[in-house]
Parts: sequence; C-alpha cells; structure tokens
Amino acid sequence: MKARIADRWLAVISPLGLLLLWEGLSRAGLLDARFITPPSAIGRTLVALTRTGELPYHVGVSVERIIAGFLLGSIPAVALGLAMGLSRSVRALLMPIVAAIYPIPKIAIYPLIIFYLGIGEASKVSIVALSIFFLVLLNTMAGVLGVDRTYFNIARAYGAQSIDVFTTIAWPGALPSIFTGLKLGMGFALIVIVGAELLGSDAGIGFLIWRSYQIFAIDVMFAGLLVTAVLGWLATITLDWLERRAMPWRTEHK
Amino acid sequence: MLRAADQVGTGLAGIDVAGLSKAYQGRHGPSPALQDVTFAVRAGEFAALIGPSGCGKTTLLHILAGLIEPTAGSVSLPRRHPGRLGTALVFQGASTLPWMTALDNVAYGLRLMGVPARERRERARQHLGQVGLLAFSDAYPHQLSEGMRQRVNIARALATDPAILLMDEPFADLDEQNRLLLQDELLRIWQEDRKTVLFVTHSLDEAIRLSDRVLVMSASPGRITAEVPVPLGRPRDFQVIRQDPAYGALSARLWGELREEVLRASRS
Ligand SMILES: Nc1ncnc2c1ncn2[C@@H]1O[C@H](COP(=O)(O)OP(=O)(O)OP(=O)(O)O)[C@@H](O)[C@H]1O
Ligand SMILES: [Mg+2]
Repeated sequence: MKARIADRWLAVISPLGLLLLWEGLSRAGLLDARFITPPSAIGRTLVALTRTGELPYHVGVSVERIIAGFLLGSIPAVALGLAMGLSRSVRALLMPIVAAIYPIPKIAIYPLIIFYLGIGEASKVSIVALSIFFLVLLNTMAGVLGVDRTYFNIARAYGAQSIDVFTTIAWPGALPSIFTGLKLGMGFALIVIVGAELLGSDAGIGFLIWRSYQIFAIDVMFAGLLVTAVLGWLATITLDWLERRAMPWRTEHK
Repeated sequence: MLRAADQVGTGLAGIDVAGLSKAYQGRHGPSPALQDVTFAVRAGEFAALIGPSGCGKTTLLHILAGLIEPTAGSVSLPRRHPGRLGTALVFQGASTLPWMTALDNVAYGLRLMGVPARERRERARQHLGQVGLLAFSDAYPHQLSEGMRQRVNIARALATDPAILLMDEPFADLDEQNRLLLQDELLRIWQEDRKTVLFVTHSLDEAIRLSDRVLVMSASPGRITAEVPVPLGRPRDFQVIRQDPAYGALSARLWGELREEVLRASRS
C-alpha cells in the first residue's frame, strides 16, 4: 500500500518536473517563447479558450467520437473474439480475413470512409471503431485460447451447457486479455481520432490544432497537445478502474 | 453433452468397468492409454488406484466423469438422481476457478445443476463449513493456501452430493503435514455418508491409510494388474495403524506389485 502511494507521487513528479524545467528554460531565455510556448502561457491560453467555450466544445466533440467509436468497435469485437476462441470452425473461417485486414494502418482507410460516409460524425466514429476492433478481437481470442483447459473440463464435468461454459469460464478467463486489448485500443483510438480530425473535420481537438497551425497560433497548438495528453491519461485511469471493478479477484496481484 | 453417467444407469451405486480401452490420436496413429481395464467398486467402498506416472489414471477418471469417450468397453455407473450429480471429479492439480470466491467455487456444481440461488448458497456454506473454511467464504483462491484451495475443490465435489466421488491425486501438491490433515478430514467426512470413492494417488501410504481396497495399474497402456484389500478397521487412526504389522506387510506387497511397472514406465 505504501509502495503504491509512493508510486503515485513519483508518477506526478516526472511530468511536473518537466514542466518546471521547460518554464525555467523559457524564462532564462534559452527557449524562444515565440516558437515554444512556455507552460504558464499555455495555461493562460487554456483558461481563455475555456472561457470562450471553444475548448470544451472541441474536447466534447472528440470525446463523444472516441466513446461512441470505442463501444461500436469493442463490443462486437469481444463477442466475436470469444466465439473465435471457443470454436475451432469459427476461427478457421474468420482468421484469414482478420489476419489480412489487421495489419493495414486504419488511417489509410480513412479517405475511403469519408468517401462513403461523408465528413460528419459517422466517418469519425467508424474509423475509431475500426481501428480498435481488430486489436480487441485478437486479444479476446488469445485470452480464451490461453485459459487453462482444466477450467473447461471442470465446467463440463459438472454438467455445463455451452452458455455456461461461455459465461463462467471463457468470459472471466479471457477478461485480463480483453482489458489488454481495450487499453491498447484506447491508445489507438486517440491517435486515430486526432489524426482523422487533422485530415478532414470541422470540429474536435485535431481540428483545433490544425486550424491553429493555419493561423500560426502556436500557443493553441500546444494547448491542444496538452489536452490530448490529459485525455489519454484520463482514459487510462478510467480503464484501470474498470479493470479492477470487473476483476476483483486480481486486485491484490499488483 | 452426454455424460457417461446418463448413458448407462444400472441403479446400483457402485462402479462397474469392463474391457475398457482408450487410445489417443497421436502423430503416428493411435497410441493406447488404457488397455482392457476391468474392475468394480462396490457401493460405499473407498477404492484407491495407484500406478506409475502416465499409465492412464487420469484418463480413466475422465472417462468415468464423462469428459472423454472410451474407444471400447463399457462403464456402468449409478442412475442419476435429480438434485444430485452422478459423478463428481476432484481434478488433478490446481482446479479452483480463480475468478470465483471460495463460496461460489463450492456452489459452482449446484449452479450448473440449476439449484436456486438461496438453496445453493446454503448448501455451499454447509460444505465449506465441513472443510473448515466458512470464515473464508468470500476469499478468492489466490488469497488461500494450497491446502485451503484443495479443500475448496473437495467441498465443490461433495456439495453436488454425487453418487460417486472421483479424486485425482487431490493431495499431491501438499506438504506432508497438510496431507495428513486433509486425509484425516476426508476420512471423517466420508465416514458420515460413505460415498463410493475412487481415489487416485501416487503414494502407497496414502492408498493404505484411506482405502478399503487398492487397485494397482500397470505401466502404459494401463491395465488393472492387482486388487489388494486393506485389512485395517475403521475409523482409522494413523498413529495406530502405523504400528500394525499388517501395514508394513501391505506396503511391501503393494511395492512388490508396483516396482516392475514403475521400472517399465521409466524405461519407456
Ligand atoms: N489429451 C491427450 N491426448 C493425447 N495423449 C494423451 C492425452 N491425455 C493423456 N495422454 C497420454 O495418455 C497417457 C496416460 O495419461 P494420463 O494423464 O491418464 O496418465 P496418469 O496416469 O494420470 O499420469 P500421472 O500420474 O502423471 O497424472 C499418457 O501417455 C499421456 O501422454
Ligand atoms: Mg494423472
């Protein structure tokens, strides 16, 4: 417990130290504040952007897209991953397709998606969903395949129907891998949504950064980056929290 | 899935195995694991099964539990009664479900049998109490010791009130003191309702301490090569039977039966 609290402090110290160093170098004139906005100025910009409502609007748009895309991608991925893990024939049927599509950088499909779905929300949500779908799918399948065979035998020996095997063995057994997939997927979701908003969008954090580039508002670009970093961090602790809630039997492992 | 216990019901409460063979599909064609195994365990009898590693003991128990199909031969087990399991198997090695509390682990069989939540909690608590773990109802397996986990596995099997209890080296991973303790507990519980038990073990001492009769299996492919009755009274006190001259004689006899097979197994 003590060690965990210490870890938390250490986790705060390193980013804080970096910001302090940055600010110090800037004040000492070693960093040109016109090109590299010091943290204090980024802070002022953040406050101003929040006052005008611009920042909350763009963040809100991006977060909605991420959450919608995340759910749209991960729920079917988990369902299909469990099916592929449990059934050899489903695996044989789908694995070739999955293996072929998985390595394509999903952002490369984005222009095609815009072509079909337009530049609105549907294309953003779809690209996020697509980019995490395969990650979650493959991790879920690997999770089921990694479950000790004895556990399946226990279920069968005690008379489990297929649905029981699914709910009492495959699902809880694969949960750790499912969460690995979800966390990786969340990272990709952030990368992809900001990328997609840079490429073609009229709202969102990526759009904010891109527009700021066009008007040479460097402080806003830094503010956008900082917000993205914080979003990523929030997503991670949310998923960590969910993971602990979903798997109480593992809480004391770490 | 069809369980062996559903396929043949004789109404008797023992195990009857005749001409049982099992070959696994290997890379170079079928490889025999069991060859013409024939034996019977009477209702209420505690039988031990010993044999060298890899001779097919687990395979035999898995067939009896309905997990795998034999290649040939017949198995006859008691008819299933509603609310009871025909056979309950305590698996070899770690077999508590890590994602369930001790109580849920014990209630697992009952849950699959469709016993209502209230009743199965009650029954599970009773069996958890029987193995002295009531205080650990809400603990997860990783919070328990190896011996406690094995108690949970045994309680899980007993909670289903099986006609036949199959145990696959349940105490193999325990240290000597814990093993003695659990053997004692198992006998005490068994004494209460005298279920039919088939108990696989590597330990000659354990077989003698627990059972009414020891079945000796040959090296792979397994056959039953000897059936040795244990002429020791019950309830048994390990302190006392250790002094009994019959104990030493029995141990020597069993080792005599087993020695050749173990040598054969280690050579192959
Ligand atoms: N699923 C399987 N597929 C192929 N061969 C198997 C399988 N399970 C067991 N075998 C083989 O069958 C033989 C008997 O195995 P089994 O596990 O029944 O032995 P055992 O007597 O329980 O051994 P131990 O005392 O080490 O637990 C072994 O040669 C083993 O390699
Ligand atoms: Mg075995």
